[in-house]
Amino acid sequence: MLPRAAGLGLLLLGLGALPLVLSNPTYTSIAIFTLIYMTAATSWNTFAGYSGYIPLGHVVFFGSGAYTLAVAAQDWHLVGGYGMFLLIPLAGLVAGLLALPFGLVALRTRRHTFVVITIAIMFIFQLLAFNLGVTNGSSGIQIPTPLWPAATFNDPFYYITLGILILAVATSWFVRRSRFGLQLLAIRDDEDRARGLGVRTGRVKLTAFVISAIPVGMVGAMYAYFIGQIFPQFAFDPLFDVSVALMVFFGGLGTVAGPLLGAVVLEPLQQYLTLQFSIGDLYLIIYGVVFLAVILLMPRGVVPSTRDWLRARRTGRPDAPEVEGDTDRAAEVAAHTGSPT
Amino acid sequence: MSALLEIDGVSKAYGGVQALSACSLDVAEGTITGLIGPNGSGKTTLFNVVTGYEHVNVGAVRYRGRAITNHAPDQVFKLGIGRTFQLTRIFARLTLMENMLVATQHHEGWARSMVRRGSSAGERRRALELLEFVGLAGHAGEAAGTLSYGQRKLLELAYVLIADPEVLLLDEPAGGINPSLIHYITERIRELNRQGRTFLVVEHNMEFVMGLCERVTVMHQGCVIVSGTPHEVRADPRVLDAYLGGADDEEEGAGAA
Repeated sequence: MLPRAAGLGLLLLGLGALPLVLSNPTYTSIAIFTLIYMTAATSWNTFAGYSGYIPLGHVVFFGSGAYTLAVAAQDWHLVGGYGMFLLIPLAGLVAGLLALPFGLVALRTRRHTFVVITIAIMFIFQLLAFNLGVTNGSSGIQIPTPLWPAATFNDPFYYITLGILILAVATSWFVRRSRFGLQLLAIRDDEDRARGLGVRTGRVKLTAFVISAIPVGMVGAMYAYFIGQIFPQFAFDPLFDVSVALMVFFGGLGTVAGPLLGAVVLEPLQQYLTLQFSIGDLYLIIYGVVFLAVILLMPRGVVPSTRDWLRARRTGRPDAPEVEGDTDRAAEVAAHTGSPT
Repeated sequence: MSALLEIDGVSKAYGGVQALSACSLDVAEGTITGLIGPNGSGKTTLFNVVTGYEHVNVGAVRYRGRAITNHAPDQVFKLGIGRTFQLTRIFARLTLMENMLVATQHHEGWARSMVRRGSSAGERRRALELLEFVGLAGHAGEAAGTLSYGQRKLLELAYVLIADPEVLLLDEPAGGINPSLIHYITERIRELNRQGRTFLVVEHNMEFVMGLCERVTVMHQGCVIVSGTPHEVRADPRVLDAYLGGADDEEEGAGAA
Protein backbone atom coordinates (compact mmCIF):
# COMPACT_ATOMS: atom_id res chain seq x y z
CA MET A 1 0.00 0.00 0.00
CA LEU A 2 2.82 2.41 0.84
CA PRO A 3 4.46 2.49 -2.60
CA ARG A 4 1.04 3.08 -4.10
CA ALA A 5 0.40 6.04 -1.81
CA ALA A 6 3.87 7.39 -2.56
CA GLY A 7 3.22 7.03 -6.28
CA LEU A 8 -0.04 8.87 -5.93
CA GLY A 9 1.67 11.65 -4.00
CA LEU A 10 4.36 11.98 -6.67
CA LEU A 11 1.74 12.05 -9.40
CA LEU A 12 -0.17 14.82 -7.65
CA LEU A 13 3.03 16.74 -7.07
CA GLY A 14 3.91 16.39 -10.75
CA LEU A 15 0.46 17.53 -11.84
CA GLY A 16 0.63 20.44 -9.43
CA ALA A 17 4.02 21.55 -10.72
CA LEU A 18 3.21 21.06 -14.39
CA PRO A 19 2.14 24.65 -15.23
CA LEU A 20 5.35 25.93 -13.58
CA VAL A 21 7.50 23.71 -15.76
CA LEU A 22 5.52 23.91 -18.99
CA SER A 23 4.48 27.52 -18.73
CA ASN A 24 3.85 27.95 -22.46
CA PRO A 25 0.08 28.69 -22.80
CA THR A 26 -0.21 26.26 -25.71
CA TYR A 27 0.85 23.42 -23.44
CA THR A 28 -1.19 24.53 -20.46
CA SER A 29 -4.33 24.74 -22.65
CA ILE A 30 -3.70 21.18 -23.81
CA ALA A 31 -3.20 20.23 -20.18
CA ILE A 32 -6.52 21.84 -19.19
CA PHE A 33 -8.42 20.02 -21.95
CA THR A 34 -6.72 16.81 -20.87
CA LEU A 35 -7.75 17.34 -17.25
CA ILE A 36 -11.32 18.01 -18.43
CA TYR A 37 -11.39 14.73 -20.32
CA MET A 38 -9.67 12.85 -17.49
CA THR A 39 -12.47 14.00 -15.20
CA ALA A 40 -15.20 13.17 -17.71
CA ALA A 41 -13.75 9.73 -18.44
CA THR A 42 -13.33 8.96 -14.74
CA SER A 43 -16.90 9.97 -13.95
CA TRP A 44 -18.31 8.14 -16.95
CA ASN A 45 -16.47 5.05 -15.80
CA THR A 46 -17.85 5.41 -12.27
CA PHE A 47 -21.20 4.56 -13.76
CA ALA A 48 -20.40 2.59 -16.94
CA GLY A 49 -17.38 0.67 -15.73
CA TYR A 50 -18.98 -0.61 -12.55
CA SER A 51 -22.57 -1.13 -13.70
CA GLY A 52 -21.81 -2.41 -17.20
CA TYR A 53 -24.29 0.02 -18.76
CA ILE A 54 -22.78 2.05 -21.60
CA PRO A 55 -24.30 5.52 -21.81
CA LEU A 56 -23.53 7.71 -24.83
CA GLY A 57 -25.36 10.77 -23.58
CA HIS A 58 -23.11 12.17 -20.88
CA VAL A 59 -22.53 15.21 -23.05
CA VAL A 60 -25.97 16.27 -21.85
CA PHE A 61 -24.41 16.90 -18.45
CA PHE A 62 -21.34 18.50 -19.98
CA GLY A 63 -23.47 20.86 -22.08
CA SER A 64 -25.89 21.61 -19.29
CA GLY A 65 -23.01 22.49 -17.01
CA ALA A 66 -21.56 24.73 -19.71
CA TYR A 67 -24.88 26.51 -20.26
CA THR A 68 -25.50 26.82 -16.53
CA LEU A 69 -22.34 28.88 -16.20
CA ALA A 70 -22.94 30.85 -19.41
CA VAL A 71 -26.58 31.68 -18.68
CA ALA A 72 -25.90 32.51 -15.03
CA ALA A 73 -23.04 34.83 -15.98
CA GLN A 74 -25.21 36.51 -18.60
CA ASP A 75 -28.35 36.91 -16.50
CA TRP A 76 -26.62 37.95 -13.34
CA HIS A 77 -24.26 40.31 -15.26
CA LEU A 78 -21.17 38.76 -13.75
CA VAL A 79 -17.72 39.99 -14.66
CA GLY A 80 -14.83 37.68 -15.44
CA GLY A 81 -12.71 36.71 -12.47
CA TYR A 82 -12.35 34.18 -9.71
CA GLY A 83 -15.96 34.67 -8.64
CA MET A 84 -17.13 32.88 -11.77
CA PHE A 85 -15.64 29.65 -10.48
CA LEU A 86 -18.30 29.68 -7.79
CA LEU A 87 -20.78 28.77 -10.52
CA ILE A 88 -19.06 25.43 -11.04
CA PRO A 89 -20.73 23.65 -8.10
CA LEU A 90 -24.03 25.04 -9.38
CA ALA A 91 -23.28 23.49 -12.79
CA GLY A 92 -22.64 20.18 -11.06
CA LEU A 93 -25.92 20.46 -9.22
CA VAL A 94 -27.85 21.19 -12.43
CA ALA A 95 -26.19 18.21 -14.14
CA GLY A 96 -27.06 15.99 -11.18
CA LEU A 97 -30.69 17.12 -11.18
CA LEU A 98 -30.99 16.52 -14.94
CA ALA A 99 -29.51 13.06 -14.47
CA LEU A 100 -32.51 12.06 -12.35
CA PRO A 101 -35.22 12.15 -15.04
CA PHE A 102 -32.69 11.13 -17.71
CA GLY A 103 -31.70 8.10 -15.66
CA LEU A 104 -35.25 7.25 -14.66
CA VAL A 105 -36.23 6.98 -18.32
CA ALA A 106 -33.07 5.46 -19.79
CA LEU A 107 -32.41 2.94 -17.01
CA ARG A 108 -35.70 1.21 -17.66
CA THR A 109 -33.89 -0.35 -20.60
CA ARG A 110 -30.75 -2.43 -20.83
CA ARG A 111 -27.81 -3.09 -23.11
CA HIS A 112 -28.19 -1.88 -26.69
CA THR A 113 -31.54 -0.29 -26.04
CA PHE A 114 -30.02 1.69 -23.22
CA VAL A 115 -27.24 2.95 -25.50
CA VAL A 116 -29.75 4.04 -28.14
CA ILE A 117 -32.01 5.76 -25.60
CA THR A 118 -29.10 7.75 -24.18
CA ILE A 119 -28.13 8.86 -27.70
CA ALA A 120 -31.72 9.88 -28.39
CA ILE A 121 -31.92 11.91 -25.18
CA MET A 122 -28.63 13.55 -26.07
CA PHE A 123 -30.08 14.74 -29.40
CA ILE A 124 -33.19 16.02 -27.65
CA PHE A 125 -30.97 18.21 -25.49
CA GLN A 126 -28.98 19.39 -28.49
CA LEU A 127 -32.22 20.38 -30.22
CA LEU A 128 -33.38 22.18 -27.10
CA ALA A 129 -30.11 24.09 -26.95
CA PHE A 130 -30.59 25.18 -30.56
CA ASN A 131 -34.19 26.23 -30.04
CA LEU A 132 -34.76 27.42 -26.49
CA GLY A 133 -34.64 31.15 -25.82
CA VAL A 134 -32.51 30.79 -22.72
CA THR A 135 -29.57 29.35 -24.67
CA ASN A 136 -29.72 32.07 -27.32
CA GLY A 137 -29.96 29.33 -29.98
CA SER A 138 -27.22 28.93 -32.56
CA SER A 139 -25.83 32.43 -31.86
CA GLY A 140 -24.44 31.01 -28.64
CA ILE A 141 -23.49 32.92 -25.51
CA GLN A 142 -20.35 34.94 -24.87
CA ILE A 143 -18.88 34.47 -21.42
CA PRO A 144 -17.03 37.30 -19.68
CA THR A 145 -13.27 36.84 -19.85
CA PRO A 146 -11.20 37.39 -16.72
CA LEU A 147 -8.62 40.17 -16.87
CA TRP A 148 -5.64 38.11 -15.81
CA PRO A 149 -2.06 38.54 -17.01
CA ALA A 150 -1.50 36.58 -20.22
CA ALA A 151 1.52 34.64 -18.97
CA THR A 152 -0.35 32.93 -16.13
CA PHE A 153 -3.87 33.24 -17.55
CA ASN A 154 -4.38 29.49 -17.78
CA ASP A 155 -3.17 28.63 -14.28
CA PRO A 156 -6.42 29.19 -12.31
CA PHE A 157 -8.31 27.10 -14.86
CA TYR A 158 -5.68 24.40 -14.61
CA TYR A 159 -5.67 24.16 -10.83
CA ILE A 160 -9.41 24.26 -10.38
CA THR A 161 -9.92 21.60 -13.05
CA LEU A 162 -7.28 19.54 -11.27
CA GLY A 163 -9.35 19.95 -8.10
CA ILE A 164 -12.46 18.64 -9.85
CA LEU A 165 -10.45 15.73 -11.23
CA ILE A 166 -9.24 14.80 -7.75
CA LEU A 167 -12.83 14.92 -6.56
CA ALA A 168 -13.94 12.64 -9.41
CA VAL A 169 -11.12 10.13 -8.88
CA ALA A 170 -11.75 10.07 -5.14
CA THR A 171 -15.44 9.43 -5.80
CA SER A 172 -14.64 6.64 -8.23
CA TRP A 173 -12.20 5.04 -5.80
CA PHE A 174 -14.63 5.39 -2.94
CA VAL A 175 -17.55 3.92 -4.87
CA ARG A 176 -15.44 0.98 -5.90
CA ARG A 177 -14.64 0.10 -2.33
CA SER A 178 -18.09 0.70 -0.89
CA ARG A 179 -20.94 -1.72 -0.46
CA PHE A 180 -22.72 0.35 -3.07
CA GLY A 181 -19.90 -0.35 -5.53
CA LEU A 182 -20.16 -4.07 -4.87
CA GLN A 183 -23.85 -3.87 -5.70
CA LEU A 184 -23.03 -2.09 -8.96
CA LEU A 185 -20.53 -4.80 -9.88
CA ALA A 186 -23.13 -7.43 -9.08
CA ILE A 187 -25.55 -5.63 -11.41
CA ARG A 188 -22.88 -5.66 -14.11
CA ASP A 189 -22.48 -9.43 -13.84
CA ASP A 190 -26.14 -10.43 -13.46
CA GLU A 191 -28.72 -7.76 -12.71
CA ASP A 192 -31.70 -10.06 -12.17
CA ARG A 193 -29.77 -12.30 -9.84
CA ALA A 194 -28.61 -9.28 -7.84
CA ARG A 195 -32.22 -8.22 -7.53
CA GLY A 196 -33.08 -11.65 -6.19
CA LEU A 197 -30.45 -11.13 -3.50
CA GLY A 198 -32.09 -8.02 -2.19
CA VAL A 199 -30.18 -5.40 -4.20
CA ARG A 200 -32.51 -2.53 -5.06
CA THR A 201 -31.14 -2.34 -8.55
CA GLY A 202 -33.20 0.61 -9.75
CA ARG A 203 -32.02 2.90 -6.98
CA VAL A 204 -28.44 1.72 -7.13
CA LYS A 205 -28.20 2.32 -10.88
CA LEU A 206 -29.88 5.72 -10.71
CA THR A 207 -27.67 6.86 -7.85
CA ALA A 208 -24.56 5.85 -9.75
CA PHE A 209 -25.85 7.62 -12.84
CA VAL A 210 -26.38 10.87 -10.91
CA ILE A 211 -23.00 10.57 -9.20
CA SER A 212 -21.32 10.18 -12.55
CA ALA A 213 -23.15 13.19 -14.04
CA ILE A 214 -22.09 15.77 -11.47
CA PRO A 215 -18.35 16.11 -12.21
CA VAL A 216 -19.11 16.03 -15.94
CA GLY A 217 -21.38 19.06 -15.46
CA MET A 218 -18.64 20.78 -13.49
CA VAL A 219 -15.98 20.32 -16.15
CA GLY A 220 -18.55 21.37 -18.76
CA ALA A 221 -18.82 24.70 -16.98
CA MET A 222 -15.05 24.88 -16.78
CA TYR A 223 -14.80 24.23 -20.50
CA ALA A 224 -17.27 27.01 -21.29
CA TYR A 225 -15.49 29.50 -19.06
CA PHE A 226 -12.09 28.61 -20.46
CA ILE A 227 -13.21 28.81 -24.10
CA GLY A 228 -15.11 32.03 -23.40
CA GLN A 229 -18.13 31.28 -25.56
CA ILE A 230 -20.58 28.47 -25.97
CA PHE A 231 -22.60 27.11 -28.92
CA PRO A 232 -25.07 24.22 -29.00
CA GLN A 233 -23.03 22.14 -31.44
CA PHE A 234 -19.96 22.24 -29.17
CA ALA A 235 -21.75 22.00 -25.83
CA PHE A 236 -23.80 19.03 -26.98
CA ASP A 237 -21.31 17.39 -29.33
CA PRO A 238 -22.09 13.68 -29.91
CA LEU A 239 -18.36 13.06 -30.37
CA PHE A 240 -17.79 13.93 -26.71
CA ASP A 241 -19.22 10.63 -25.59
CA VAL A 242 -17.42 8.74 -28.33
CA SER A 243 -14.13 10.22 -27.14
CA VAL A 244 -14.84 9.58 -23.48
CA ALA A 245 -15.95 5.99 -24.11
CA LEU A 246 -12.88 5.32 -26.23
CA MET A 247 -10.59 6.73 -23.54
CA VAL A 248 -12.16 4.44 -20.95
CA PHE A 249 -12.05 1.36 -23.19
CA PHE A 250 -8.46 2.16 -24.10
CA GLY A 251 -7.34 2.43 -20.48
CA GLY A 252 -9.58 -0.26 -19.05
CA LEU A 253 -13.29 -0.21 -18.31
CA GLY A 254 -14.05 -0.54 -14.62
CA THR A 255 -10.58 0.36 -13.36
CA VAL A 256 -9.71 3.59 -11.59
CA ALA A 257 -6.46 4.20 -13.47
CA GLY A 258 -7.73 3.21 -16.93
CA PRO A 259 -9.82 6.27 -17.77
CA LEU A 260 -7.01 8.55 -16.57
CA LEU A 261 -4.50 6.82 -18.78
CA GLY A 262 -6.87 6.82 -21.76
CA ALA A 263 -7.49 10.54 -21.46
CA VAL A 264 -3.80 11.34 -20.93
CA VAL A 265 -2.88 9.51 -24.12
CA LEU A 266 -5.76 10.40 -26.41
CA GLU A 267 -6.68 13.98 -25.55
CA PRO A 268 -3.20 15.49 -26.08
CA LEU A 269 -3.00 13.41 -29.26
CA GLN A 270 -6.20 14.98 -30.50
CA GLN A 271 -5.06 18.48 -29.54
CA TYR A 272 -1.69 17.91 -31.20
CA LEU A 273 -3.24 16.65 -34.42
CA THR A 274 -5.68 19.54 -34.54
CA LEU A 275 -2.95 22.13 -33.93
CA GLN A 276 -0.38 20.50 -36.18
CA PHE A 277 -2.50 19.89 -39.24
CA SER A 278 -5.33 22.38 -38.66
CA ILE A 279 -7.81 19.67 -39.57
CA GLY A 280 -10.30 19.49 -36.74
CA ASP A 281 -11.59 16.03 -37.53
CA LEU A 282 -8.35 14.25 -38.32
CA TYR A 283 -8.32 12.81 -34.82
CA LEU A 284 -11.46 10.84 -35.61
CA ILE A 285 -9.55 8.70 -38.08
CA ILE A 286 -6.83 8.09 -35.51
CA TYR A 287 -9.47 7.33 -32.89
CA GLY A 288 -10.99 4.76 -35.25
CA VAL A 289 -7.63 3.06 -35.62
CA VAL A 290 -6.97 3.15 -31.87
CA PHE A 291 -10.41 1.76 -31.16
CA LEU A 292 -9.90 -1.16 -33.55
CA ALA A 293 -6.45 -1.84 -32.13
CA VAL A 294 -7.79 -1.90 -28.57
CA ILE A 295 -10.66 -4.21 -29.46
CA LEU A 296 -8.36 -6.58 -31.34
CA LEU A 297 -5.27 -6.57 -29.15
CA MET A 298 -6.39 -5.87 -25.61
CA PRO A 299 -10.16 -5.83 -25.39
CA ARG A 300 -10.09 -5.27 -21.65
CA GLY A 301 -7.92 -2.17 -22.02
CA VAL A 302 -4.30 -1.33 -21.35
CA VAL A 303 -4.39 -1.30 -17.55
CA PRO A 304 -5.88 -4.78 -16.91
CA SER A 305 -3.91 -6.38 -19.74
CA THR A 306 -0.62 -4.91 -18.57
CA ARG A 307 -1.34 -5.86 -14.98
CA ASP A 308 -2.00 -9.46 -15.92
CA TRP A 309 1.08 -9.54 -18.08
CA LEU A 310 3.25 -8.17 -15.28
CA ARG A 311 1.81 -10.59 -12.78
CA ALA A 312 2.33 -13.49 -15.13
CA ARG A 313 5.95 -12.47 -15.61
CA ARG A 314 6.51 -12.09 -11.91
CA THR A 315 5.01 -15.39 -10.88
CA GLY A 316 6.22 -17.24 -13.94
CA ARG A 317 2.70 -18.46 -14.62
CA PRO A 318 1.51 -18.77 -18.17
CA ASP A 319 -0.14 -15.60 -19.37
CA ALA A 320 -3.68 -16.85 -19.09
CA PRO A 321 -6.19 -14.94 -17.03
CA GLU A 322 -8.92 -17.49 -16.42
CA VAL A 323 -11.89 -15.20 -16.65
CA GLU A 324 -12.56 -11.73 -17.80
CA GLY A 325 -12.25 -10.28 -14.36
CA ASP A 326 -10.38 -8.14 -12.03
CA THR A 327 -7.64 -10.20 -10.50
CA ASP A 328 -6.38 -7.24 -8.53
CA ARG A 329 -9.40 -7.33 -6.31
CA ALA A 330 -9.14 -11.07 -6.14
CA ALA A 331 -5.72 -10.70 -4.61
CA GLU A 332 -7.00 -8.04 -2.28
CA VAL A 333 -9.79 -10.21 -0.97
CA ALA A 334 -7.41 -13.12 -0.65
CA ALA A 335 -5.23 -10.92 1.49
CA HIS A 336 -8.22 -10.10 3.67
CA THR A 337 -9.23 -13.65 4.12
CA GLY A 338 -5.78 -15.11 4.30
CA SER A 339 -6.56 -17.81 1.77
CA PRO A 340 -4.20 -18.74 -1.05
CA THR A 341 -5.05 -17.61 -4.55
CA MET B 1 -47.56 -27.92 11.19
CA SER B 2 -48.79 -24.76 9.53
CA ALA B 3 -48.03 -23.86 5.96
CA LEU B 4 -45.16 -21.41 5.82
CA LEU B 5 -45.56 -20.78 2.12
CA GLU B 6 -48.92 -21.10 0.42
CA ILE B 7 -49.50 -20.95 -3.29
CA ASP B 8 -53.16 -20.58 -3.94
CA GLY B 9 -54.77 -21.02 -7.36
CA VAL B 10 -52.00 -19.32 -9.33
CA SER B 11 -52.39 -19.13 -13.11
CA LYS B 12 -49.89 -17.84 -15.63
CA ALA B 13 -50.09 -17.86 -19.41
CA TYR B 14 -47.51 -16.96 -22.02
CA GLY B 15 -49.60 -16.08 -25.03
CA GLY B 16 -51.60 -19.21 -25.70
CA VAL B 17 -49.49 -21.47 -23.52
CA GLN B 18 -50.88 -22.02 -20.06
CA ALA B 19 -47.76 -22.46 -17.96
CA LEU B 20 -49.64 -22.56 -14.68
CA SER B 21 -53.36 -23.15 -14.32
CA ALA B 22 -54.91 -22.78 -10.89
CA CYS B 23 -51.85 -24.24 -9.25
CA SER B 24 -51.96 -24.65 -5.47
CA LEU B 25 -49.25 -25.86 -3.14
CA ASP B 26 -48.45 -25.58 0.54
CA VAL B 27 -45.00 -25.85 2.03
CA ALA B 28 -44.99 -26.66 5.73
CA GLU B 29 -42.43 -25.06 8.01
CA GLY B 30 -39.33 -27.09 8.62
CA THR B 31 -39.91 -29.57 5.81
CA ILE B 32 -38.11 -30.46 2.63
CA THR B 33 -40.72 -30.56 -0.10
CA GLY B 34 -39.90 -31.94 -3.51
CA LEU B 35 -41.45 -30.61 -6.68
CA ILE B 36 -41.25 -32.88 -9.68
CA GLY B 37 -42.90 -33.13 -13.06
CA PRO B 38 -42.05 -33.50 -16.74
CA ASN B 39 -40.30 -30.72 -18.65
CA GLY B 40 -42.64 -27.82 -19.27
CA SER B 41 -44.93 -28.68 -16.40
CA GLY B 42 -44.45 -25.25 -14.84
CA LYS B 43 -42.07 -25.90 -11.96
CA THR B 44 -39.64 -23.11 -12.70
CA THR B 45 -42.49 -20.77 -13.61
CA LEU B 46 -43.93 -21.44 -10.17
CA PHE B 47 -40.58 -20.54 -8.60
CA ASN B 48 -40.48 -17.36 -10.66
CA VAL B 49 -43.95 -16.40 -9.50
CA VAL B 50 -43.13 -16.98 -5.84
CA THR B 51 -39.85 -15.05 -5.98
CA GLY B 52 -41.25 -12.12 -7.91
CA TYR B 53 -39.61 -12.69 -11.27
CA GLU B 54 -42.98 -13.27 -12.95
CA HIS B 55 -46.23 -11.47 -12.34
CA VAL B 56 -49.60 -13.19 -12.17
CA ASN B 57 -53.12 -11.84 -12.43
CA VAL B 58 -54.88 -14.84 -10.96
CA GLY B 59 -54.13 -16.47 -7.64
CA ALA B 60 -52.17 -15.56 -4.55
CA VAL B 61 -48.89 -16.38 -2.89
CA ARG B 62 -48.75 -16.10 0.89
CA TYR B 63 -45.79 -16.27 3.19
CA ARG B 64 -46.57 -16.68 6.88
CA GLY B 65 -50.14 -15.79 6.05
CA ARG B 66 -49.14 -12.54 4.40
CA ALA B 67 -49.83 -11.96 0.70
CA ILE B 68 -46.63 -11.54 -1.28
CA THR B 69 -48.17 -11.95 -4.72
CA ASN B 70 -46.30 -9.92 -7.35
CA HIS B 71 -43.81 -8.48 -4.89
CA ALA B 72 -40.49 -7.50 -6.46
CA PRO B 73 -37.64 -10.04 -6.17
CA ASP B 74 -35.68 -7.89 -3.72
CA GLN B 75 -38.71 -7.55 -1.45
CA VAL B 76 -39.42 -11.27 -1.49
CA PHE B 77 -35.81 -11.97 -0.64
CA LYS B 78 -35.89 -9.55 2.26
CA LEU B 79 -38.86 -11.38 3.73
CA GLY B 80 -36.73 -14.50 3.97
CA ILE B 81 -37.30 -16.45 0.77
CA GLY B 82 -34.07 -17.27 -1.03
CA ARG B 83 -33.69 -19.18 -4.28
CA THR B 84 -31.15 -20.70 -6.61
CA PHE B 85 -31.48 -20.96 -10.37
CA GLN B 86 -31.61 -24.00 -12.59
CA LEU B 87 -28.73 -22.75 -14.69
CA THR B 88 -26.64 -21.39 -11.86
CA ARG B 89 -26.29 -17.68 -11.77
CA ILE B 90 -23.23 -16.37 -10.03
CA PHE B 91 -21.31 -13.13 -10.43
CA ALA B 92 -18.56 -14.48 -12.63
CA ARG B 93 -16.17 -11.54 -12.53
CA LEU B 94 -16.40 -11.07 -8.78
CA THR B 95 -14.43 -13.18 -6.35
CA LEU B 96 -16.19 -15.83 -4.31
CA MET B 97 -15.90 -13.60 -1.28
CA GLU B 98 -17.52 -10.71 -3.13
CA ASN B 99 -20.26 -13.01 -4.39
CA MET B 100 -20.94 -13.92 -0.79
CA LEU B 101 -21.14 -10.29 0.27
CA VAL B 102 -23.71 -9.17 -2.31
CA ALA B 103 -26.61 -10.39 -0.21
CA THR B 104 -25.32 -9.10 3.12
CA GLN B 105 -26.85 -5.68 2.57
CA HIS B 106 -30.38 -6.97 2.95
CA HIS B 107 -30.90 -5.37 6.33
CA GLU B 108 -29.42 -1.96 5.79
CA GLY B 109 -30.64 1.23 4.18
CA TRP B 110 -29.69 2.23 0.70
CA ALA B 111 -27.97 5.43 1.77
CA ARG B 112 -25.96 3.55 4.36
CA SER B 113 -24.49 1.26 1.72
CA MET B 114 -22.90 4.25 0.04
CA VAL B 115 -20.86 5.41 2.98
CA ARG B 116 -19.53 2.13 4.19
CA ARG B 117 -16.84 -0.20 3.01
CA GLY B 118 -17.70 -3.24 0.99
CA SER B 119 -17.86 -5.47 4.02
CA SER B 120 -17.25 -5.62 7.73
CA ALA B 121 -14.98 -8.12 9.43
CA GLY B 122 -18.02 -9.90 10.86
CA GLU B 123 -19.60 -10.28 7.45
CA ARG B 124 -16.40 -11.63 5.96
CA ARG B 125 -16.08 -14.10 8.80
CA ARG B 126 -19.66 -15.28 8.29
CA ALA B 127 -19.04 -15.49 4.54
CA LEU B 128 -15.96 -17.63 5.12
CA GLU B 129 -17.90 -19.89 7.47
CA LEU B 130 -20.50 -20.48 4.80
CA LEU B 131 -17.87 -21.04 2.14
CA GLU B 132 -16.35 -23.53 4.54
CA PHE B 133 -19.75 -25.15 4.92
CA VAL B 134 -19.98 -25.77 1.16
CA GLY B 135 -16.29 -26.62 0.91
CA LEU B 136 -15.18 -23.61 -1.11
CA ALA B 137 -13.30 -21.58 1.51
CA GLY B 138 -9.99 -22.29 -0.21
CA HIS B 139 -11.17 -20.45 -3.30
CA ALA B 140 -12.44 -17.32 -1.53
CA GLY B 141 -10.13 -14.96 -3.38
CA GLU B 142 -10.64 -16.41 -6.84
CA ALA B 143 -13.00 -15.14 -9.48
CA ALA B 144 -16.24 -17.09 -9.41
CA GLY B 145 -16.03 -17.61 -13.17
CA THR B 146 -13.21 -20.11 -12.59
CA LEU B 147 -15.45 -22.52 -10.69
CA SER B 148 -16.82 -25.73 -12.13
CA TYR B 149 -20.53 -26.13 -12.68
CA GLY B 150 -21.04 -28.10 -9.48
CA GLN B 151 -19.00 -25.64 -7.45
CA ARG B 152 -21.12 -22.82 -8.83
CA LYS B 153 -24.20 -24.56 -7.48
CA LEU B 154 -22.58 -24.69 -4.06
CA LEU B 155 -21.56 -21.05 -4.24
CA GLU B 156 -25.07 -20.05 -5.22
CA LEU B 157 -26.42 -21.92 -2.22
CA ALA B 158 -23.86 -20.31 0.07
CA TYR B 159 -24.40 -16.73 -1.04
CA VAL B 160 -28.14 -17.07 -0.60
CA LEU B 161 -27.59 -18.49 2.88
CA ILE B 162 -25.65 -15.48 4.07
CA ALA B 163 -28.88 -13.51 4.28
CA ASP B 164 -30.27 -16.22 6.55
CA PRO B 165 -33.46 -17.01 4.62
CA GLU B 166 -36.09 -19.19 6.26
CA VAL B 167 -37.20 -20.77 3.03
CA LEU B 168 -34.96 -21.88 0.21
CA LEU B 169 -36.27 -22.64 -3.25
CA LEU B 170 -33.71 -24.77 -5.04
CA ASP B 171 -34.09 -25.25 -8.78
CA GLU B 172 -32.42 -28.51 -9.78
CA PRO B 173 -29.63 -28.53 -7.20
CA ALA B 174 -28.47 -31.93 -8.44
CA GLY B 175 -28.77 -31.26 -12.16
CA GLY B 176 -25.69 -31.88 -14.26
CA ILE B 177 -23.26 -32.68 -11.47
CA ASN B 178 -21.44 -35.84 -10.50
CA PRO B 179 -22.83 -38.38 -7.98
CA SER B 180 -20.38 -37.68 -5.18
CA LEU B 181 -21.21 -33.98 -5.35
CA ILE B 182 -24.92 -34.85 -5.34
CA HIS B 183 -24.36 -36.75 -2.14
CA TYR B 184 -22.48 -33.79 -0.70
CA ILE B 185 -25.28 -31.38 -1.62
CA THR B 186 -27.87 -33.73 -0.10
CA GLU B 187 -25.94 -33.71 3.16
CA ARG B 188 -25.72 -29.92 3.12
CA ILE B 189 -29.46 -29.58 2.60
CA ARG B 190 -30.20 -32.04 5.40
CA GLU B 191 -27.89 -30.16 7.72
CA LEU B 192 -29.58 -26.84 6.92
CA ASN B 193 -32.98 -28.44 7.39
CA ARG B 194 -31.91 -29.65 10.83
CA GLN B 195 -31.11 -26.01 11.62
CA GLY B 196 -34.75 -25.25 10.89
CA ARG B 197 -34.73 -24.10 7.31
CA THR B 198 -37.55 -25.02 4.98
CA PHE B 199 -36.87 -26.25 1.47
CA LEU B 200 -38.82 -26.48 -1.76
CA VAL B 201 -36.75 -28.40 -4.25
CA VAL B 202 -37.31 -28.84 -7.98
CA GLU B 203 -35.38 -31.81 -9.25
CA HIS B 204 -35.44 -34.41 -12.00
CA ASN B 205 -33.20 -36.86 -10.24
CA MET B 206 -35.78 -39.20 -8.65
CA GLU B 207 -33.33 -40.92 -6.37
CA PHE B 208 -32.30 -37.55 -4.99
CA VAL B 209 -35.87 -36.36 -4.49
CA MET B 210 -37.20 -39.57 -2.99
CA GLY B 211 -34.24 -39.86 -0.64
CA LEU B 212 -34.30 -36.29 0.56
CA CYS B 213 -37.87 -35.03 0.62
CA GLU B 214 -40.53 -35.70 3.21
CA ARG B 215 -43.26 -34.65 0.83
CA VAL B 216 -43.31 -34.68 -2.93
CA THR B 217 -45.60 -32.71 -5.18
CA VAL B 218 -46.01 -33.65 -8.82
CA MET B 219 -46.89 -31.07 -11.44
CA HIS B 220 -48.19 -31.70 -14.90
CA GLN B 221 -49.30 -29.16 -17.49
CA GLY B 222 -49.30 -26.34 -15.00
CA CYS B 223 -51.35 -28.12 -12.34
CA VAL B 224 -50.49 -30.03 -9.22
CA ILE B 225 -51.72 -33.58 -9.81
CA VAL B 226 -50.46 -35.44 -6.77
CA SER B 227 -49.05 -34.48 -3.42
CA GLY B 228 -47.90 -36.91 -0.76
CA THR B 229 -45.06 -38.83 0.76
CA PRO B 230 -42.44 -40.16 -1.65
CA HIS B 231 -43.94 -43.60 -1.21
CA GLU B 232 -47.46 -42.49 -2.10
CA VAL B 233 -46.30 -40.49 -5.08
CA ARG B 234 -44.25 -43.35 -6.45
CA ALA B 235 -47.26 -45.62 -6.31
CA ASP B 236 -49.70 -43.20 -7.90
CA PRO B 237 -50.71 -44.16 -11.44
CA ARG B 238 -51.29 -40.53 -12.48
CA VAL B 239 -47.62 -39.81 -11.96
CA LEU B 240 -46.61 -42.58 -14.31
CA ASP B 241 -49.12 -41.26 -16.80
CA ALA B 242 -47.71 -37.78 -16.60
CA TYR B 243 -44.17 -38.96 -17.22
CA LEU B 244 -44.87 -41.67 -19.74
CA GLY B 245 -48.22 -40.65 -21.23
CA GLY B 246 -46.61 -38.71 -24.02
CA ALA B 247 -49.93 -37.16 -25.09
CA ASP B 248 -48.60 -33.65 -24.60
CA ASP B 249 -45.10 -33.83 -25.93
CA GLU B 250 -45.68 -30.79 -28.06
CA GLU B 251 -45.87 -28.67 -24.94
CA GLU B 252 -42.45 -29.59 -23.74
CA GLY B 253 -40.32 -26.64 -22.88
CA ALA B 254 -43.09 -24.23 -23.81
CA GLY B 255 -43.36 -22.75 -20.37
CA ALA B 256 -40.29 -23.41 -18.44
CA ALA B 257 -38.46 -26.61 -17.82
